[in-house]
Amino acid sequence: MKSEIINSVKLSFDATSENEAFARQVVSSFASQLDPTLEEISDLRVIISEAVTNCVVHAYKMKKGKIHMDVRLTSDRRLKVRIADKGCGIEDIELCMQPLYTTDKSGERGGMGFAIMQAFSEKFKVRSKPGEGTVISFEMKIGKA
Amino acid sequence: MDKENISCSFENGHLTLFIKGEIDHHSAKGCREAADKAIFYYRPKKCVIDLSGVDFMDSSGLGLILGRYSCINETGGELEIVGASERTERILKLAGVQKLISINKKDGVY
Repeated sequence: MKSEIINSVKLSFDATSENEAFARQVVSSFASQLDPTLEEISDLRVIISEAVTNCVVHAYKMKKGKIHMDVRLTSDRRLKVRIADKGCGIEDIELCMQPLYTTDKSGERGGMGFAIMQAFSEKFKVRSKPGEGTVISFEMKIGKA
Repeated sequence: MDKENISCSFENGHLTLFIKGEIDHHSAKGCREAADKAIFYYRPKKCVIDLSGVDFMDSSGLGLILGRYSCINETGGELEIVGASERTERILKLAGVQKLISINKKDGVY
């Protein structure tokens, strides 16, 4: 049976570090209507935090910009999330996806953002065009019942 | 995390950094500054990062820990992590942190 979208939310917000906590709060609240387990909410919060932090730190490099988030719940209890920016884009996605790879020289970034997002979600995808921006999308099955 | 979300205690050459709340990119900065101040002031033989009060951590927390590992190496000390929740430990282990830093329960060794 084909799944249908039963609820959705679209949100655009400034790419500021303050909004990292805000974004994970919003998405976890929205997902709570599917009665997720604590583990699912915890994983979801981590993925959202990683994605938004990437926009703030890498896409816009701590400068002004907007983050666009699209979250959908489907009738087969799946959460589908798309997070887009219009920042600098990624030259080499494959390289950036490698665990411990980081462009940060300060030694304060773990280079694990994409690896964590990939490990904690399903159907994780990254599309990017240098100079135009990046879109990450992923899905999660919520509630095992 | 503001500076109040980290507290430090120093006893018998051991520095304990107790971290609480949510560690993300926004909050890690204040924590990092307070931790480095204590590490370079006390130059401890051993530094323990106590994560038992942490409710949430992403890869910024990982960066925070790896950055402190470099600082402790620089001062000639040893670093240990205690009290990580199952979720936090999963992130630490994904990055292979256990190969560099011992990760233990709060009151005893795994």
